[in-house]
Amino acid sequence: MSAKTVVIEARDVSLRVGEKKILERINLEIRRNEIFGIMGPAGSGKTSFLKLVNHTFRAAGMALEGALYVLGEDVLGEDVNPTPLRRKVSMVFATPVVLPMSIFENLVYGLKIQGIRDKHTLREAAERGLKAAILWEEVRDRLHKPAQKLSGGQQQRLCIARAMALSPEILLLDEPTSGLDPISTFRIEEALKELKRHHAIVLVSNNTKQIARVSDRCAFFLMGELIETGKTAQVFTVPKEKKTDDYIAGRFG
Amino acid sequence: MTPRRAEHVAIGLMVSGAFLALAILFFIIAVIMIKGLPHITARFLLDNPMDMGRAGGIFSTIVSTVYLLVVSLVIAIPLGVGTAIYLTEYTEEGKITKIVRFGTECLAGVPSIILGLFGFILFVIKLGFGWSVLSGGISLAIMILPVIIRTSEEAIKSVPQAFRDVNEVLGGSKWQGVTRLVLPNAAPGILTGVILSVGRGIGETAVVIFTLGTSLRTPFSIFDSGRSMAVHFYILAREGISMDNAYATAAVLVFSILIINIFSYYLMHKFVEARR
Repeated sequence: MSAKTVVIEARDVSLRVGEKKILERINLEIRRNEIFGIMGPAGSGKTSFLKLVNHTFRAAGMALEGALYVLGEDVLGEDVNPTPLRRKVSMVFATPVVLPMSIFENLVYGLKIQGIRDKHTLREAAERGLKAAILWEEVRDRLHKPAQKLSGGQQQRLCIARAMALSPEILLLDEPTSGLDPISTFRIEEALKELKRHHAIVLVSNNTKQIARVSDRCAFFLMGELIETGKTAQVFTVPKEKKTDDYIAGRFG
Repeated sequence: MTPRRAEHVAIGLMVSGAFLALAILFFIIAVIMIKGLPHITARFLLDNPMDMGRAGGIFSTIVSTVYLLVVSLVIAIPLGVGTAIYLTEYTEEGKITKIVRFGTECLAGVPSIILGLFGFILFVIKLGFGWSVLSGGISLAIMILPVIIRTSEEAIKSVPQAFRDVNEVLGGSKWQGVTRLVLPNAAPGILTGVILSVGRGIGETAVVIFTLGTSLRTPFSIFDSGRSMAVHFYILAREGISMDNAYATAAVLVFSILIINIFSYYLMHKFVEARR
């Protein structure tokens, strides 16, 4: 796949749960080698959109319209096989969720459930993940120590490393630094900038400053609608929409 | 009465209630130990009963008890844990879960003497297992099933949802999440249920007397009859065969429950530590 290939393409994606509209006719493209930021206030549909991408959105009475192409395949259908999709599209949650096992076992969990047992392969994947998340130097000597002993920021980077150990094409991050201190946040942002050299990264955040700092292009969601999307530099300096301007300026949110 | 005073009275009542419960426990243990301990010797534990239990030891009843418990656990744990997994992981809360849950509550409420009779009619007579470890084991399994289901359900529910989410986004199937994350983390809770069940099963007489029988021989096959320690105690005491041996049997029974509890909690603690 060459650079700047479109990896996620949303065409008139609408999502309703019962009577409630969660997403309304979303159109956007996310490309390889970029960090695509999605910002918006709580309840604007950012996380729901992310969950559609890796097919983890579930709710009683949900109804979908439109098409959402992820790596060329429409993932909105009922008959999508989620397992291969999730190996290519990994996700990291807002709060770091390390499993109650060693650092190494956390890293190779995704490979082991695929049935991979070869020690060499597992070790390589673990190292690759840790290096991608810039955590290798800090934990290389204690891979077999319990992961829950790590600090919050390290735990979140371990979660990124665990996702990267699967060598995904796309990494989805749902407010990955919301619970972290500025230094940990900085480290994660540095890791993301490094990661985009080989991957597509979708970063959901309600921290507009973070979107401005790290994303190449971004989108602004408000109450399920996509208000504006474009190059981050442009959206943050000369937004086309008044609502975007107000949100970025902190007049609501 | 002022609110403050009412509070003091309430606390006083609750504390004395708690101490009363504890005092009763110690009283029971003390009586059994004082009357039973002097008669417990190595020979008492390792010899088979003679002259209907007037003389000799209780070795065959110990074997019967252990055998019975193992068979009932082998049946009840997979069934109970399986039911709990189904209820918590594979169904939405709704009619079916309500019916299953109500059913297990009812099962828990069935008097054990009725269960014993049921086991006698179905397993001993109809299915022709006779008085045997198998009949007793199945009947006892039915009795402890509700306990195992309920405690396993609670244990499984207490495993953070986030673990299942991680399994999902890393491409794991639901079953992989259950076997690799949910069950290992629920194990201490499930084990607690198993200990509770062992405690109930080891002291059960009504179910056992109808299904395992009262034979004093040592059972080898699961189709052999036997006599559990609790039943042995009951018969010794009820028929006035030997109060000394009855108390000694009771003391062994109480001791084994204590040892099982302590050992299991120790194991559980180790297990939790190892995973931290």
